[in-house]
Parts: sequence; C-alpha cells; structure tokens
Amino acid sequence: MVRRILLAIVLILVIGAAIFVALGWKPAIAPVDRPQASAFKPEVLSRGAQLAALGDCTVCHTAPGGRPFAGGLAVETPFGTIHSTDITPDPETGIGRWSEAAFKRAMREGVSRDGHHLYPAFPYDHFTRTKDEDISAIYAFLMTRQPVSAKAPANDLPFPLNVRFILTGWNLLFLHRDPVADDPSQPEAWNRGKYLVESLGHCGACHTPRNALGAEKRAHAFAGGVADRWTAPALDGASPAPVPWTQESLFTYLKTGFETQHSFAAGPMAPVVSDLRAVSDDDVQAISVYIASLMGPVPPPRQQEGQRAVEMATQAGLGFTRGAPDQSRDEPGAALYASACGWCHYNADSKGSSFASRQKLGLGSVSSMPDPSNLIHVILEGIPPVEGEATPIMPGFAGSFTDRQVADLANYARAHFSTRPAWKNVDDAVKAIRSGKDIDRSASRP
Amino acid sequence: MITLNVNGRDHQVDSDPTTPLLYVLRDELQMNAAKFGCGLGQCGSCTVMVDGQAIFSCVTPITALQGRKIKTVEGLGTIDRPGPMQRAFMEEQAAQCGYCIPGMMMRAQALLETNHNPSEADIRDHMRTNLCRCGTQMRILAAVRRAAGYMREAKGTGQEQGTKS
Amino acid sequence: MSALKSIAAAASLFGQTPGDPEPAAHVEAGTGPSRRSVLVGGGSLVVGFSLFGNQALAQEGGQNGGGEGTGAAAHPEEKAPALPGSLKTNPQLDSWIRIDADGAITVFTGKAELGQGIKTALSQLAAEELGVEFKAIRLVTASTGVTPNEGYTAGSHSMQDSGTAIMNAAAQVREILIGMAGTKLNLPAEQLKAENAAIVAPDGRKLGYGEIVAGQRFNTQAQPTSKLRDPLNFTIIGQEIPRVDIPGKVTGGVAYVQDLRLPGMVHARVVRPPSYGAQLTAIDTSAVEKLPGVLKIVRDGSFLAVVTAKEFQAVTAMRALQVAAEWQERPSLPNQSTYYKTFRSLPSDYRLILDSHAPTAPAAKTVSATFHRPHQSHGSIGPSCAVAHFTGGKMTVWTHTQGVYPLRKALTELLALPDEQVQCIHTEGSGCYGHNGADDVAADAALIARAFPDKPVRVQWMREDEHGWEPYGSAMITELSGSLDAGGKIVDFQFEVWSNTHNGRPGPAGNLLAAQYLEKPFTPAPPTPIPQPEGGGDRNSIPLYHIPNAKVVEHFVKTMPLRVSAMRGLGAYMNIFSIESFMDEMAVAAGADPVEFRLRHMEDARARDVISKAAEEFGWSSWKASAPGRGRGFAFARYKNLGAYCAIAAEVEVERETGAVRPVRFVAATDSGQVVNPNGIRNQVEGAIVQSSSWTLFEQVTYDNTRISSRTWSTYPILRFPALPDTVEVHIIDRPGLPFLGTGECGQGPTSAALANAVANAVGVRVRDLPLTPNRVKTAIGV
Repeated sequence: MVRRILLAIVLILVIGAAIFVALGWKPAIAPVDRPQASAFKPEVLSRGAQLAALGDCTVCHTAPGGRPFAGGLAVETPFGTIHSTDITPDPETGIGRWSEAAFKRAMREGVSRDGHHLYPAFPYDHFTRTKDEDISAIYAFLMTRQPVSAKAPANDLPFPLNVRFILTGWNLLFLHRDPVADDPSQPEAWNRGKYLVESLGHCGACHTPRNALGAEKRAHAFAGGVADRWTAPALDGASPAPVPWTQESLFTYLKTGFETQHSFAAGPMAPVVSDLRAVSDDDVQAISVYIASLMGPVPPPRQQEGQRAVEMATQAGLGFTRGAPDQSRDEPGAALYASACGWCHYNADSKGSSFASRQKLGLGSVSSMPDPSNLIHVILEGIPPVEGEATPIMPGFAGSFTDRQVADLANYARAHFSTRPAWKNVDDAVKAIRSGKDIDRSASRP
Repeated sequence: MITLNVNGRDHQVDSDPTTPLLYVLRDELQMNAAKFGCGLGQCGSCTVMVDGQAIFSCVTPITALQGRKIKTVEGLGTIDRPGPMQRAFMEEQAAQCGYCIPGMMMRAQALLETNHNPSEADIRDHMRTNLCRCGTQMRILAAVRRAAGYMREAKGTGQEQGTKS
Repeated sequence: MSALKSIAAAASLFGQTPGDPEPAAHVEAGTGPSRRSVLVGGGSLVVGFSLFGNQALAQEGGQNGGGEGTGAAAHPEEKAPALPGSLKTNPQLDSWIRIDADGAITVFTGKAELGQGIKTALSQLAAEELGVEFKAIRLVTASTGVTPNEGYTAGSHSMQDSGTAIMNAAAQVREILIGMAGTKLNLPAEQLKAENAAIVAPDGRKLGYGEIVAGQRFNTQAQPTSKLRDPLNFTIIGQEIPRVDIPGKVTGGVAYVQDLRLPGMVHARVVRPPSYGAQLTAIDTSAVEKLPGVLKIVRDGSFLAVVTAKEFQAVTAMRALQVAAEWQERPSLPNQSTYYKTFRSLPSDYRLILDSHAPTAPAAKTVSATFHRPHQSHGSIGPSCAVAHFTGGKMTVWTHTQGVYPLRKALTELLALPDEQVQCIHTEGSGCYGHNGADDVAADAALIARAFPDKPVRVQWMREDEHGWEPYGSAMITELSGSLDAGGKIVDFQFEVWSNTHNGRPGPAGNLLAAQYLEKPFTPAPPTPIPQPEGGGDRNSIPLYHIPNAKVVEHFVKTMPLRVSAMRGLGAYMNIFSIESFMDEMAVAAGADPVEFRLRHMEDARARDVISKAAEEFGWSSWKASAPGRGRGFAFARYKNLGAYCAIAAEVEVERETGAVRPVRFVAATDSGQVVNPNGIRNQVEGAIVQSSSWTLFEQVTYDNTRISSRTWSTYPILRFPALPDTVEVHIIDRPGLPFLGTGECGQGPTSAALANAVANAVGVRVRDLPLTPNRVKTAIGV
C-alpha cells in the first residue's frame, strides 16, 4: 500500500517534471543573416525609434559611458546582479543573427534566440502585451543600429536562481500573455495611453509593488514600488504629490522633465523623461491621460492640501525672510537647511527671484513620500550634471553631513515642506542608503 | 561660538551658525584659496576637504562642521614648501586665470588621498563637479597625474605628504 | 592721500598673509606713482646715443586695444606715429621704465593680467633687452596715473602693443645707460656692454644701473628704431619661464580683487532687477534694515544695494530685499524660437567690407549655406568684483576691468568728478574673455562707496547676476555662396553677416549697467561698428584665401534685443566657423581633400606653413577612422588677418544614436611671430581649443519674453571634464626677429569649424547652427 502510494507520488512528480520540462524547454530559432536596412520602410524605422524610446531600451541596455543598446549595465535586484546584454545587431554578442520571430519570442516569452530563458529584469511580462506591428517596428529599428561588439559581464546570482530553467515556474505563475484590452467607453487617447503604459512603457515595473518572487502584485497595480533603491511613487489615488497631478501637468512633466507645480524628474526617472523627448506629443499625451485617470478624481481634502502647499511655497522662508526671524530656526536641521538648501530651494515666490525654474521643496513629492528614501538619496548623492544639457544640478552632501545631520535635514524638510506626519527611523534609513543598501520601508512609514 | 578645525588648528568663530564655511574661511580667517563661484554647489571653486572628502564650502553651514577636520589649499603647503599637489600644478603651469584652481586641487587631493593610482577615467569622472572656464583642464589633468606620482613616490619612501589629517 | 594710506596699510596687511608670493598689482601701484617728482631731480641726460642695428619690430594692425571702446580714453592719441607699438601713444621712455638709485628696475605696462600670462612675458622682454635677470624686473600693470594709457587689454594686442613698446624701450634705455657709463668711464659706447644689470668695460670696470642713473629720470622720447638684441643671442626671450603669478595662486596668496581686504572694508551686494528695464516700484526696507550687520541700504531710482559689515550678511540682506522689492517688468525680449528671423528683420546699416573683381574661368558649380550662432556668455568662473573707496572727494577703484583709463572716463562722467579725483587700479579677477561684468561691478562699487563714504566697499556679483547681466557675445547670422570652376578652384565668393555690435564697452557712462537704472539714468552710447582692418561683427569676414571675386557685406544691426559686447574673438568666432565650414563644403563639391583644397587657395607662405604643420602632426594624409562614428576636420584662420596664424585638425567621435559629439584629439599649429614664452602660447591655444569646444558644442543664452533664463551653470551648461578630448597638442612655428602676433584669440574660430567639419566627416551631415547639441546633430542624422 505504502509502496503504491510512493510509486504514485513518484509517478506524479516525474510526470509533473516532464510537463514542466516540456513547457519550459524552448528550441533555438535558426540564425539568420542580418537584414539590410533597405528591407525596412523609413516610416517603420522612425516609428520603431519612438517605440524604442518609449520602451526605455537604452536606459537598461547602456552601460555608464558605454554605447547605446550595447548593454553591460549592472541591474541590481533583490536576488542579485543581472547584466543587460547587447541588443545591437552584432552577430556574436548582439542580436545580429536574430530573426524577427526570435525577437518576437524574446519580447513575448522572455526566451533568447538560442532557447535560454531571460530573467524578468527584462520586462517581458509587459512587452508580451505589445502589438505585433510595434514589435516589428522595434525590430526594424534595432537591426539598423550600428553593431557594437560587447560581451556582458556574467550575472551574479546565487543557486538556484542562476539556473535559468526555474524561470519556467515563474512564467507559469506570473506571465500573463493577455493583450491590453480596449475599453470602448473610454476615449481613444485613454486606450492608447493604457496600452503604452501597460506594455512598452512598463511603468508598473517600478511603480507597482512586487511580491517575494519579484513579480508585480497585479492587485496593487501602480500602488508604488521600488526602482534602484529609490521609491517609485504611487500613480494611483495614493499619489504623494502635494498638488494633485492633472493630465496637463503630467504631460509637461513627462515631456520636459519639469513642472512648476511639481518637480524635476530625478533619480531613476530622469533617464525615462529624457527618452520621452523623442516620443510624439500624442503618445505622451495619451500616457498622461491614462495615468491621470489612474489617480482618479481628487477628493476635497487633497485639493485643500494642494492649495496649502502652493500657499506655503509662495511664503518667504528661512534664509529669505523679509527680515523677520523665522520661527523654525532653532529646530535641528534648520541651520543646515538655511545654507545648504535655501539658496536654491528658497520658499518664496520672490518677484525678483533670479532662477527661472527651480524646485520649490513644498511642491515636489520628495518630502511627501511615504518613506524618506528619495529625499535621503538626493541629499547624499545630489543630482549630477548631464553633459552639455540644461538640466538641474544639485550638489551631493554625502561628504558634508554626518548621518545625524542628514536625518535632521530630512526631518526638517518633512516638517516644513509637507503636511504629512513625521517619518520614523530616519537615522536607520540614512545609514542604510549611505552603505549602499535599501531601506526598510515599512519601518520608516509614519 | 563654533570651533572649527582648519588645517590642524582650532579657530573660535562667532558667526551665525547658518553661515556657509566659505564666508568664514575668507571673511573671518582671512584665507584666500577657496573662492566664491556660484554659491550653489555647481562649479566647485569653493571646494575644500572635510574629513578627507571634497565638499562645496559655499553650501555647507559651519554648524555642520564642529569637531570635523577641514583642509584647504593653505594646508597643502606654502609657497616656500609646496606640497605635492601644489608642486604638480606649478610644474605643469596648470593655470590661466587660476581662479578655479584651488577648488580643483582640493577636489583632486580628496581623490588621491584614497587612491594613489587612479585611472584617467577615474580622474575625469571625479573632477566633473568642477568647472574651469579658461580651458586649462588638460593641464589640470596632467597636474593631478603628476601629483599622484609624487604621492606614490612619497609613500614608497615613507615620507608621504598630504595624508589624511 | 588717504586712499594711498589705506593702500599702504593694505600692503602691510598682505605682508602678514602666509603664502603671499608676489605683491598684488595694487600694492605695486601704491608705491609707484612718484614719477613727476623724480623727473625734477638730476641733470641733463645725453640722448645722442646711436641707434644702429636691427630695425625696430614694425607692427601691423589697427588701433591699440583691438579697436574696442570709444573715445580718447579707449584710443589714446598717437603722439608719435613713427614709433613702435604703444610708444606711439606714450613716447616717453620714463612712462615705461624706471631705474631707482638702488638699482631696482620697474617696468610699467598699460595692459592688464587677465590670466593670459602677460606679466611674465612682458618681464621677459624687458629683462632680455635691459640685460638683467628675469627676476630683477618689477612689473606694474594698468593703473591710471601710474602706467601708460594703452586703452583696453583686448583684441590679442598685449604683445603687439605693450610688448613691442617695452622691448624697444628697454633696448633704448640699455643704450642710454651704455652712453652714460661711457661718459663716466671715458670710453666710447662701442667698447661697453650691458651685462647682469651693469655696464661693463673691457678692462673689467663695471657700473651698476642704479649707480649710473643715480636717481635721475631719462626724460627723453623714444626713437623710431632701437638696437635690439640679435634673436640668436636671446637668453630669456623664447624661454619657458614659469608664470610669476602661479605660485601664489596655488598656495592661497592674495591674487585677485576678490581677495582684497582693506582696513575697515565693508561688503555690499546689488539687488538687480529681475529683467531688462524693470523699474523698482516699491520696497519696504524697514525689516531688512534691522538684519544683523546691515549698515546702509542704497537706493537711487531702480538701483538698489545693501552695505553690511560682513560678506554673508550682505548676501542674506540682498535675498531679503529681493523678496521685499516690487518691480514693474515688461516683456522686452523677442521670442527665442524665432529669434533669427526677427533679428534679420531689424533695421541695419549696410556695410560693404570687400568687393574685389578679377577675370576667371567660368563657374561650374555653386554652393551656398546659412549659419547661425546664438548669444553666448563669457561665463567667468568668479563673478565680477570691485572694491571702491571714496574719501576726501577722491574715488579709488580696484577693478579687473580690461581698460583702467576708459573705465575712469566712464566713472568721472557717472560720478561727475574730474579725472584726477578718480583712480582705477587694475587688480586681477577671474578670467574674463572679453567684456564681462568687470566694469559694471566697478560702477556698482563706486556708486555705493559714494553713498557710504570713507570706508572701502567690496562688491561681488552673484552667479545669477553675472549670467543674467553680463553683455553677451552677439547672436549672428551668416550667408555664404561660392562658385567653383571646372578645375575645382574658387572663382567667386559672397559673404553676408548680420550682427549686433561687439563693442559696448565704457567710455561713455551710459554703457555701465547701473548708470541705466539711476533716478537720472544715463543712456547707453549708440552702437558703432569697429572698422576694418580689425573689424567687429565683420572680423575675419574676409577670407585669407586667394579668391578672384569676393564680396563681403556686414548688416550692422543697431537694435540690441539682448545686452551685447565684446566676447573673445568678437565676430571672428562665427565668421571663421562659417567660412571654414563652407570651405569644406566647397572642397566636397570640388571632390578635393580639405587640406589640399585650402592649400590650393593659399598664397601666404606662413599660412601654408601652419596648415601643413597641423596636417602633418595630426597624420592627416594617413588617417583612417579607427571606429564607427569617428571623423576628422580641419580649419585655419589668421586672427583678424593681422594676428597669429592658427590651423587646427580635430578628430571626433559622434554617437549616432544620441548625436553626442565627443572630441577625441586636437592638433594645432600656430605662428605668433617671435616667440616670447612658448609655454604661454601653448597655454593660450590649448585654452582656446577647450573653451571654443564648449561654446561650439553646448552653449547658448536662453530667455523667455521678459527674463533671461540661463542664469546658473545648470541652465547654461558648459564643458565638464568627461567631455574633454583625450589630447590637445599645440605646435609652435617660431619666427625669430619677426613682430609679435596676437595669440590669445586665434584658436576660437578654427576650433569651431574643425569640430563641425569633423562631425560632417564622421556622420555625413552638416550642422550649420551653433551649438552642435546632441539634439541638433541627431536630428540631422535622422533615425
């Protein structure tokens, strides 16, 4: 009897394994010669260029100082470090010998031409929903880039994660290959926006929280996530922006990287908006329409909070008094704020102000986020200059301030540039970020 | 009163605690090297070292610097006994107007104190916070390489100057 | 005298400063100006010395100071047109060289040290011709009433004007000393020689210079020719003498006007309007008056400033005033996106610069092109600064102006003071590259000091003041057309340039910024072009190439939507960018190699030499792209067609995907005539290449309809270290005995065209609009 039961279990396991292997095993797709550029229509190429920009291919597939699309960027995940690969049409290190079918399979199923599984750091769980003709256009665009020979460094993942085959299970659990469904009750721009956001734009990759196995929690889509140890703010009703976003303000922000009632794009969002400059106004507008709808109608308390934030931001603040001493000057962090921050982030809408576009701290979401990680990142690391481009520059204060001082400054900013309750355990968060670790978000929330 | 330790000496300063270090160095301590360039931490003319790291003194209030070690160009050597970084800049004739140079030297010093053998890319990347308008950067790079050589030599003979104070 | 007293006090203060290498200019000036009294002493001098030997270095070229500025202060009268260099305007030898009884030698120049190293180079000239050690020369730079008036330190004229004057004056003084020693020793001059600050007789007797002069003055006018030393025997000229100012600058010495700390000195900041022409309508200063350290708030019309005890207090009070001030602004600026169209439609003067004709073969091909340059910023790293002291009715201003005499002229008009009651003492500032805020901040300081007398007032601009208010380099448009004959030779060339003035300097008080905002404002002087041969907007608009039929026209646009003035190279930067880009376009049309095409049209032997030298050192003929996206470009110009020759070959790497241009290497060849300090020449040309790369690749002033928006390094990005080329080489062709040719600006133009040509070579697209931003290059490349 026991033997029978054991035999049955073994049989089930073997059959299960066989099914698993059958499902997971993917054949190599035969190599092809790289198609000539003349094989593609110019309008397909330019559409491919825009779609590739929308998909942020270069953000991950470019190493610091490296050639675009040549890969080599170390992407840190909670599971280990994964290196992006060469997606230029180099025949050896790139995708030069990939047929369009092979490329489509990679985008749809997360499988390389030779049949090995790709890690979902490559967001095929989003790209799988991309329309055929869009994948074709991106293929055409990539195959007409200059080939760059660039072998990606080996990934650094522990066993058993370094066995790619286990991704079969991940895909079984989390890869939903359903196309993005149109909602006929919504306007065309909304539907277009939804498609772009959910597929190529892969906004949820950062802005949706992930489960223990690293998959997006679909039930909590756009509730806020993590990107490169920065907090990616919620894009739903929980958006931390002091002044509620509108479709217009989102468009300006995404298209130019700055919006006066909000903030500059910084951290991992900076390269995203940089890419969006190449995307058509219509598509960026569509994205704005959809994101604004995710955030939903603005309840009156949020409206009032927004008005308060605007009022606060136009009042003279520390360092920019009309002469009267500021009540807050004896608080820890006040003196640091006054001369380290106040020169740019002065809280007054002075008519004689010399800076056309500067960040008013009370309007950016950085002080209103549920946790202090972004504020600490930006205090320590600053915002580096982009070579030859007019972009915000902020000095990093890692060398200037101790952990205690950074925490004081963060607490001061929270108290004075946000209406939300104080964060907890800010000191621990500073220590973690300074030592290159992520913070314990749940421990720092108010 | 705030006590500032600059180049190994303590100074009592009674300026407002929000005063950026730059103004205290220049106005109270009558030191010339650190310069006002932008007041926003965007150009590096005001760079000094605090506890071994390069910082922008124009946006660092003195209240943050109690009990910490501040180093300026004046602490690298004198005109009669220049330190390796200063010698390197003199020998490379690495200045035109020279206004940005003290900030460049302190920025480079912070790198070389932790890494005597930086690559060319390391140096260029490290120096990106500092601007020179005369276009002297090629010489500045040469001077930093030369200073690195001096520091390596000095380490080899156990007579290193400009170690972490 | 109290100003002098405070200077002397300052001198002693500096004496206590550790690491002060070299007395700053103001100290020298303070101890210098007693020439008049010395002239009275001493008997008559024998001036009948012989002046055989070498011809004096004849100088080509236009007016002293590059033709910039207006009025007598900017262009001192030529009292002796036959004399070399600035001896024309200041013929008295005593104006240039003084030898004290103790043998101390002081040399005076009306030019200013701007970081170009002229203190060192001018001292080398004096030491060589006087026969003394380099270290024996004490050089006093531009200071009114103390040094000769040499107009502006501009237009790459310092070596041509002042260098030539000092070299000849030194040679003549040496011969006078020999003559005087001969009288004392009873020996003919031919038997005597000048050696190590003494005149030596064949029998070993020697007389020191101090001994010979014995406190007398030469009291004689210079002669047209001098007995210059044979260049073959130079021991100091041509040597890489280290710069005299660098040791102090790298050890924390007092080096700049920003470092001046006069006894009792107070600090001030100006609250500038938010935009051009804004009027201060209301301000409640009562709260700001109570801020710590506030001594006085100065208001005169829309000119608003605050004086405090400490510098940071001034900054804090200035910010508070900014918040308190109410301004009435008006949208006075054009729409930037359509600026060039607007600019072309503004009223302009038609100036025919060149119209030459000669018979040629018939034209077989015609090429034409239009180029644009936006407004660009000097962007000095140290914002402008001045110290002014008004006491006993006398105003003393320590300033990094490029022209102490023209500034004094402007200040006397602004303050309604006579010449003798205003002294301007040049004290180094951060590099200026032309007319930046230096004169304006001097006017600010003078106005504040007049309202707050008896204490020296130090004023420094904030970064946003410098970026927002400096007079920019003018935006320009050029239109070119050229025809080639069947053999690929240029038969016809048409060039039109639209430009504002490049000459908004004081002289007239109305050209000082603060003067325009006073209760009783001064009006800026109407803009005037700088005539050829130097030119302003038309500088270098005449190609040096041999072209049989050529027509060059400047449309001198008198309306200035943005405040503009001289910026390094003036119109030459844009004109050379256009002409040298266009030469490549014509070379392509002719199917010719760009270097060979230039040589094909060049008859000037020295020009041919630098072109060949740069090409050879670059490895032009054997060059091949070592990687995709690499390209090479070449350009040449002789600055102003009068100054240094400069050819530059550039290699770049263009990232097709982004349009980003990375310079890989530059190889330059220059001919500056007689080389005085090769390291100095290399430093200037290297700097020009890097600076011009930044202008060419990245820079443009931005604005909305009312305000300038590029007011920080974030909104006006310039080159940072990672964008530097791998290498910059400068090869000098020395021309011993030939006149000095101004070098400071020779690299600006050729660098820009070499880059554009290299981009075209790398990716096959021509970008004719500056700057060559990634966006622009990528747009030209396409997908």
